[in-house]
Amino acid sequence: MLCDLCGKNQATVHLTEIVDGAISELHLCEGCAHKKSTEMEQQFGLADLLAGLAQFTEKPDEEKLGAQLKCPKCGFSYQDFKKIGRLGCPQCYIIFKRYLNPLLKRIHGSTQHRGKVPLKVSGRGKKKAGLLELRLRLQKAIEEEAFEEAAQLRDQIKRLEKNENK
Amino acid sequence: MKINNLINHTTEWLRGTGPNSDVVISTRIRLARNLTGFPFPHKAGKIQSGEILKTIKTIVSSVDLLKKTTVFALSELSGIDRQFLVERHLMSLEFARASNNKAIIIDDEEILAIMVNEEDHLRIQVVQSGFNLFEVFNIINKVDDILSQEVNFAFLPDWGYLTTCPTNTGTGMRASVMLHLPALVMSNSINRILEAIAKLSFTTRGLYGEGTKAHGNFFQVSNQVSLGHTEEEILQNLNGLIRQVIGQEKSMREVLLSRNHAFLEDRIWRAFGILKSAHLISSEELIELLSMVRLGVDLGMIKEINARTVNELFLITQPAHLQKIEEKKLSARERDLKRAEVLRQKLQ
Ligand SMILES: [Zn+2]
Ligand SMILES: [Zn+2]
Repeated sequence: MLCDLCGKNQATVHLTEIVDGAISELHLCEGCAHKKSTEMEQQFGLADLLAGLAQFTEKPDEEKLGAQLKCPKCGFSYQDFKKIGRLGCPQCYIIFKRYLNPLLKRIHGSTQHRGKVPLKVSGRGKKKAGLLELRLRLQKAIEEEAFEEAAQLRDQIKRLEKNENK
Repeated sequence: MKINNLINHTTEWLRGTGPNSDVVISTRIRLARNLTGFPFPHKAGKIQSGEILKTIKTIVSSVDLLKKTTVFALSELSGIDRQFLVERHLMSLEFARASNNKAIIIDDEEILAIMVNEEDHLRIQVVQSGFNLFEVFNIINKVDDILSQEVNFAFLPDWGYLTTCPTNTGTGMRASVMLHLPALVMSNSINRILEAIAKLSFTTRGLYGEGTKAHGNFFQVSNQVSLGHTEEEILQNLNGLIRQVIGQEKSMREVLLSRNHAFLEDRIWRAFGILKSAHLISSEELIELLSMVRLGVDLGMIKEINARTVNELFLITQPAHLQKIEEKKLSARERDLKRAEVLRQKLQ
């Protein structure tokens, strides 16, 4: 398989992207993958303390999965988060939930919010939470290669998104 | 309100009054908030950050509680103006560096400041002179409630408010108390105190926040943890801790007064003497000396000036303030000259 970016070299790095609920795969050669990651680094500056913290909150076998995880909303990958210690958008929290849980535990000693709640947790807000959860399930389905379920979830997400924009 | 109008008065947090103001300079709380449906500022494009700014501007102009505020677009502020606002603790150093759709909203009293498109979409800050954690929280809570009715804040029941950096997730709240601890420093007991503070998961910083050194015996203590506790619990813990530190500083002042009276008097009056007669003075030296003079005022040794004057001197001798007074750019050496001149004038 040839690299999607340069079309010359053999693709050795494979990324799964979900853009607006649609699954697409990105196959890159080593050179292009490296270029892509350094671009990211330059864009966001040097890694900070947090990025360091994120390094050892996960088991090595999960590392591979984590590397492929990407937020469908903002395109931010878990890899990006590890580099700069910041998330890309609120949805990233859902997508990277399982990696963030141990991290939040390390930082705060807890993973359960007990403070105030915004006055307006509106119907719209609630619907969005549902959408977030569906995206999370979609991500999981893809990871487990349950493509039939993934397709169903994707349709469900599309329907919800359409309603939301009305 | 224009930036230039601010120069004519001392900013709220340097008023020099309020509970325990002989040890506590100011109390500050900030809340980090983000809007759903937008990427966080570092990932947002021009159109998105512009949309956020527009939304916030609209709310500010239509909500009664926020009507006495002015919106300053960072792109329209000069470098000196930005530094001027940093010196007044109205915005962070990091925020001052870039300008893309960033804005700061300041109320006329300089109690409330909202940074738009900082690390988070909104950084709401309320600051008051003296030690007032709960009063400050009541004010900021009201502002937060009003904003939360107008926009959808990114929030999850499990994790609370979602912030760009997971260190702020949960309440998104950081409460800081700025302390003046000259007796603890002079008696070499400050390290013991700072260690105890760190052990309790609170952080200590210098005057200008993250990454700055403690100068002139000024320390900012704030909570580190924002998830897992209610706002009240966090404030209560910080409140208890600060009370202890205040107690330690005050009893150490007593000890110095009774056992090292001459030494203390000498340090204080020498500092006052230098401030009154220097012709060149750096801001580092000034802060050290002003700290001693402030102690002299708080102990009732120096009676010719009050805490408010000391605080005013502290503020107007900062680099950007000096340049605003002179209405031109000054080199470091010119500033040292001007600084000494301002001091001699004010302390005559
Ligand atoms: Zn390639
Ligand atoms: Zn995202």
